[in-house]
Amino acid sequence: MAERKKDEILYDHNHDGIDRRGFLTCMAWAGTGAFYVMKGGVLNSYALSAMGDPLPKEMKGELTFGQISDSHMGFNKPANTDVVGTLKAAVGKINALKKQPEFLLHTGDISHLAKPEEFDTVDQILKSSVAKDVFFVPGEHDVIGDDGKQYLERYGKGAQAGGWYSFDKKGVHFVGLVNVQNLKAGGLGTLGEDQLEWLEKDLKPLAASTPVIVFAHIPLWSVYPQWGWGTEDSAQALAYLKRFGSVSVLNGHIHQIMQKVEGNVTFHTAASTAFPQPEPGKADSPGPMKVPAEQLRDYLGITDVKFVRGKHALAIVDSKLSEAASSNAENQSSY
Amino acid sequence: MKAKQKWAGIALGCTLAIVAGVSAGSPAREAAPKPGDTPVQVKIDNFTFAPTPLTVAAGSTVQWVNRDDIPHTVVSDDKTTFKSKALDTDENYSYTFTKPGTYTYFCSIHPKMTGKVVVQ
Repeated sequence: MAERKKDEILYDHNHDGIDRRGFLTCMAWAGTGAFYVMKGGVLNSYALSAMGDPLPKEMKGELTFGQISDSHMGFNKPANTDVVGTLKAAVGKINALKKQPEFLLHTGDISHLAKPEEFDTVDQILKSSVAKDVFFVPGEHDVIGDDGKQYLERYGKGAQAGGWYSFDKKGVHFVGLVNVQNLKAGGLGTLGEDQLEWLEKDLKPLAASTPVIVFAHIPLWSVYPQWGWGTEDSAQALAYLKRFGSVSVLNGHIHQIMQKVEGNVTFHTAASTAFPQPEPGKADSPGPMKVPAEQLRDYLGITDVKFVRGKHALAIVDSKLSEAASSNAENQSSY
Repeated sequence: MKAKQKWAGIALGCTLAIVAGVSAGSPAREAAPKPGDTPVQVKIDNFTFAPTPLTVAAGSTVQWVNRDDIPHTVVSDDKTTFKSKALDTDENYSYTFTKPGTYTYFCSIHPKMTGKVVVQ
């Protein structure tokens, strides 16, 4: 395959000279839930709470969907004693949108301790979502104790035996991967041979112009391996995705928002609906971050983030919604 | 940090006491206690096992206590020798080591958390 020039415009369906990477430099991202619009092969994400009514023109596209993550139902420690309330608030925000997402993705850690009643509570709350279809992938908390047996019984129908699956929506190929099983001492998230083999076969028949969206719980890029924030064998999976022009990878797990572009792949992590976690290396451990009660929903709900493109560097811009109107590029930190 | 060092010191004290055949926590000097009468504690705090490595006599019981506000597990590397359920805050798990050897273990939820018990 001929090598692409780095800044070549791969998709310019609207003939406006804006390519996918260009779009990403000015896109926003929500904390509690994110709203996505696929337009001309370009995936754009928006902060739920930042969206006005009526929707801005650029938010209209072929496909819209939402992402929620890390609801950790059952968690009741000081970092957030009301995870039911914050999940309900996230669903409420999505329901309040004039244009409803066609479906939701839940990127894992549905439950805190994989207890049946925890899954039941989340299922119950999600029933109030106007968007009826929810696609799940498990987090490591969802497979505690039984190697995911219960998770697969509840959410694995129609999936491969290991819980991974793919589906197509309006020309976009979605792949839900499982990287929280069979974790080894000292290791990171793992996809495993069987899943990688399946992925290769799953992607094979697709044209390179098919937009692909991959979602999994643990990030498929090395966010901070010291804290286990990465996936051991993700390089193999990404190699299979290399030939596609538009690839987006959506993850949860780290309870904060991060984005990164690497070649043709954009990586996003979503915030938790339950509790925030510290920035990589900024605390002794990745334990729940306690913030003053009046600020908690800021961390979970109304964080608005702008992507800043850096050279092989991860750039995060975290701006509170209250400040976002005047500046979308405050509190930058990159490393 | 100081508290941690102090804790490690206490735990080490217990270990030595057991190795020496003196019951820690029971000042009365009755018949020599059997190893394992007093569990040796490993504290789980801040996503670490402490103390590690921990050295105990064969027959000793080790008790892991989770002091984090996130659940952890205690699972031997082979995943079969011992395997706790998820320990929520302040929950504990005990295992009695009968055979000498080196036992490495980890938290299956946060596999970067590893520890070692040396049984003599």
